[in-house]
Amino acid sequence: MIKAILIFNNHGKPRMSKFYEHYTEDTEQQIIRETFHLVSKRDENVCNFLEGGLLIGGSENKLIYRHYATLYFVFCVDSSESELGILDLIQVFVETLDKCFENVCELDLIFHLDKVHNILAEMVMGGMVLETNMSEIITQVEAQGKMEKSETLTLLFIWQSMRQSQASRFSSKIS
Amino acid sequence: MRGLAVFISDIRNCKSKEAEIKRINKELANIRSKFKGDKALDGYSKKKYVCKLLFIFLLGHDIDFGHMEAVNLLSSNKYTEKQIGYLFISVLVNSNSELIRLINNAIKNDLSSRNPTFMCLALHCIANVGSREMAEAFAGEIPRILVAGDTMDSVKQSAALCLLRLYKTSPDLVLMGEWTSRVVHLLNDQHMGVVTAAISLITCLSQKNPDEFKTCVSLAVSRLSRIVSSASTDLQDYTYYFVPAPWLSCKLLRLLQCYPPPEDGAVKGRLVECLETILNKAQEPPKSKKVQHSNAKNAILFEAISLIIHYDSEPNLLVRACNQLGQFLQHRETNLRYLALESMCTLASSEFSHEAVKTHIETVINALKTERDVSVRQRAADLLYAMCDRSNAKQIVAEMLSYLETADYSIREEMVLKVAILAEKYAVDYSWYVDTILNLIRIAGDYVSEEVWYRVIQIVINRDDVQGYAAKTVFEALQAPACHENMVKVGGYILGEFGNLIAGDPRSSPLVQFNLLHSKFHLCSVPTRALLLSAYIKFINLFPETKSTIQEVLRSDSQIRNSDVELQQRAVEYLKLSSIASTDVLATVLEEMPPFPERESSILAKLKKKKGPGAVSVNELEEGKREGGELNGGGERGGDSSAIASTPSPSADLLGLRAGPPVTAAAPSAGSLLVDVFSEAGVNDDGFLRFVCKNNGVLFENQLLQIGIKSEYRQNLGRMYLFYGNKTSVQFVTFTTTVTCPGDTLVLEPLIEGGAQVQQVINIECLTDFSDAPLLNIKFRYGGALQNLTLKLPVTINKFFQPTEMASHDFFQRWKQLSLPQQEAQKIFKANHAMDTEVLKAKLLGLGMALLENVDPNPENFVCAGVIQTKAQQVGSLLRLEPNAQAQMYRLTVRSSKDTVSKRLCELLAEQF
Repeated sequence: MIKAILIFNNHGKPRMSKFYEHYTEDTEQQIIRETFHLVSKRDENVCNFLEGGLLIGGSENKLIYRHYATLYFVFCVDSSESELGILDLIQVFVETLDKCFENVCELDLIFHLDKVHNILAEMVMGGMVLETNMSEIITQVEAQGKMEKSETLTLLFIWQSMRQSQASRFSSKIS
Repeated sequence: MRGLAVFISDIRNCKSKEAEIKRINKELANIRSKFKGDKALDGYSKKKYVCKLLFIFLLGHDIDFGHMEAVNLLSSNKYTEKQIGYLFISVLVNSNSELIRLINNAIKNDLSSRNPTFMCLALHCIANVGSREMAEAFAGEIPRILVAGDTMDSVKQSAALCLLRLYKTSPDLVLMGEWTSRVVHLLNDQHMGVVTAAISLITCLSQKNPDEFKTCVSLAVSRLSRIVSSASTDLQDYTYYFVPAPWLSCKLLRLLQCYPPPEDGAVKGRLVECLETILNKAQEPPKSKKVQHSNAKNAILFEAISLIIHYDSEPNLLVRACNQLGQFLQHRETNLRYLALESMCTLASSEFSHEAVKTHIETVINALKTERDVSVRQRAADLLYAMCDRSNAKQIVAEMLSYLETADYSIREEMVLKVAILAEKYAVDYSWYVDTILNLIRIAGDYVSEEVWYRVIQIVINRDDVQGYAAKTVFEALQAPACHENMVKVGGYILGEFGNLIAGDPRSSPLVQFNLLHSKFHLCSVPTRALLLSAYIKFINLFPETKSTIQEVLRSDSQIRNSDVELQQRAVEYLKLSSIASTDVLATVLEEMPPFPERESSILAKLKKKKGPGAVSVNELEEGKREGGELNGGGERGGDSSAIASTPSPSADLLGLRAGPPVTAAAPSAGSLLVDVFSEAGVNDDGFLRFVCKNNGVLFENQLLQIGIKSEYRQNLGRMYLFYGNKTSVQFVTFTTTVTCPGDTLVLEPLIEGGAQVQQVINIECLTDFSDAPLLNIKFRYGGALQNLTLKLPVTINKFFQPTEMASHDFFQRWKQLSLPQQEAQKIFKANHAMDTEVLKAKLLGLGMALLENVDPNPENFVCAGVIQTKAQQVGSLLRLEPNAQAQMYRLTVRSSKDTVSKRLCELLAEQF
């Protein structure tokens, strides 16, 4: 199963994190830092797999990641997942984001974190893959979007973006 | 929700933590009053305030109210209100809340609402919380939704994964029973998304109850076959970069890995066809240049190869798989090289493909040397370890050693353990083993854990044939101006035990050895110094000429007044011991270390430990067995006890007691994956030869059992007392011993007497001369496992000697009488121990013959005479031993009236000196 999905930028600032196993808030932050440390020191052109950090279970788990421009997408998975399959899944995730946001960039993840979570929820549920078909995912996400628009605009995204910025609340205020 | 936006921007504009807390408290008071107010709030306001509470909670403040309002939101008909409600529940409600009943009620309503969006929200909430209460409430409901004909596909997908989550948290509550077959048939579902979700559920359930779900095999095969044979456009949206449904294919192949090969011929044929198609497709030119295309294609290919390796029954497919991986080993994509190395590791353990894997050795070695990526290098090292066998061990160990010099710090320790294990496992000649380990210490001393150097010492102590070489090699290694402390430890120990073996050479005379060791002394840590002090006292015993020098060192203030209490105590005690004890006492106390009992290599145990929880189960199991085992040794300690007491470094756990699970000689436990050098099954005669010249001592010892022996002989009769000591705290069940003797030469009457430490008396009568010793077979149950042990009883023909004193004249007369060629047996052999006259005398006396003084014209030589008493006849024997100190050789001549006796005596004695 997928243990965690982490997105952070080249400087290690978390842009999205989703854990499918229970960790305390503190440990989650440490895992993100540790993972960034492990992944960021690797050159380009090396392989996309490495053993997980100690906090998330060491060599029992693998980190499978892709680096797109300013963002790292890291999936932490156990041995029951196919490495290349997960790489494809990351690609599907990113392509779906790209379609939903029309040329996705880091800022989209900051301002529309709720949508990113919704898209992910259509792909992965409880650490298991729900759907891999991109158009199916987009259909579901769009249906929800319509429903929201038809009701009053929700400001859910604000707290979610806050949740994300909360980690670095006083150090830097993004906007 | 303008109010929320205003509140958030207020918070973000706060200049200090205090201002923020003030603003939050104000808002909390506001919300509280709103919730408590008389006016009923509309859904929108409730949503707004709940949202604010969530935001405050996520800022790190406790929220102790508002739950009720959130639960109310669940029953709203508006999607956004419901969504916020569920969000709040997922984040804030703990499982023992009193509200759980209300929440479950709302979820129940949504599940039966027939609105797919609401159903999905509810299922997501259950999957997110996944508490036991929720499992209790919905474990019965969800399977029904999952298999109902009218459920929307998207709901089915969510239901499948929701059920999987509940099964993982509370497997006892999710009873598949009647649903099993309908769940399995989801593999046939029209909608690929449903199959994708369902297969995760089915895989998990199959792992737990393989029998109930085994019908999934044929369904999975047919589904796979349909996907594999479809054209790239057939599956429309599930085609990913020209590859049909790669994710689902991978998952199907994984599911099949939960089962053995299908028994049904047709199913199997279809599956083999699929696997062949997948292997064939790998050779086709790519349909797209994009990396995603080859990724998806290879994802399936690697899973197919895993399945082939898992089945391990189709030699044809295995070889094709191996060739395919071989191609990948040199692929320009790093990912593929990584995965190929990883898959080959498992392939190496199959008997069909082990040889094929070995042909790639050069490529793998090259990968270890040239890959830029440490992840890949690590896999290459793993593969080398896996493909190693007797034929290529030397090459692989050499390559791993040379890689160690530049290896990444993160993997050095593991590499060191691997090299140590391979060197031990495949050592044909032990000098190579000693060389390898000493090199290991030289190259990567910091990463050589204690287990590794303990092990080399255990092996050197137990193998007579390598001791001299080891002494010579450590002596040379120590001459390097800077050598690692671990090298000093090994050096100190080995020279202390076997320094005498190289003392003949003036370049490594006792004093040179001592000075060399002592030159390292001041650079070492306290435990090493302690070990060196013990080595020094052993030197005093081995080389009396070094006594004064060493006493001087011990007497110096830096030793005898050392601030470290351990060092000081050793210095004081050793100094005293060397000055008051007689040579005999000293020789007994400081006798050479007895062989270590057999056990699993402690290094291996360490590697298992490093490998994490997967291997721990074995260790834990052994943990229980070992409890109390160390101290509860009730066994009789024989003559060796004093030698054991003088273990040079008590702080060093040389026996590896805490590290290695016990492995008895004849019953290797399941834990010993690798064959230990000592755990050769069969007859154990390590102890046997040590008893030729003595009658008492420890015959055998392992972690469970110690067997001590006391024996006495008169004329042709003997009595042997065997003491069985149970070293564990647990009772041995059905402990039986049987003694068998070849050709019934000896009459034995085994008697067993009860007691905590069982004593067995064996009466022996020698009927005629013999050469095969009787065998003692011991069987008992320990912790459910049957232990079976066969030992040679140390009954040898010389035990029945009556010493005969005679003068020089008589001796030579009899010597001449026994002049027939077959009456004489002669052997020339190398000295295994120091050629010390006193020791030799003691041994010859122990043999049972009379040692005749002033008989041989050459005073260096020894002559003995005795008569062997058997019931049938008496056999007179004469013996002459000529030591050659320069060549470190002996010539042994035995003459006796019976040819078989001469031969046997000669054989026995040749091992003793």
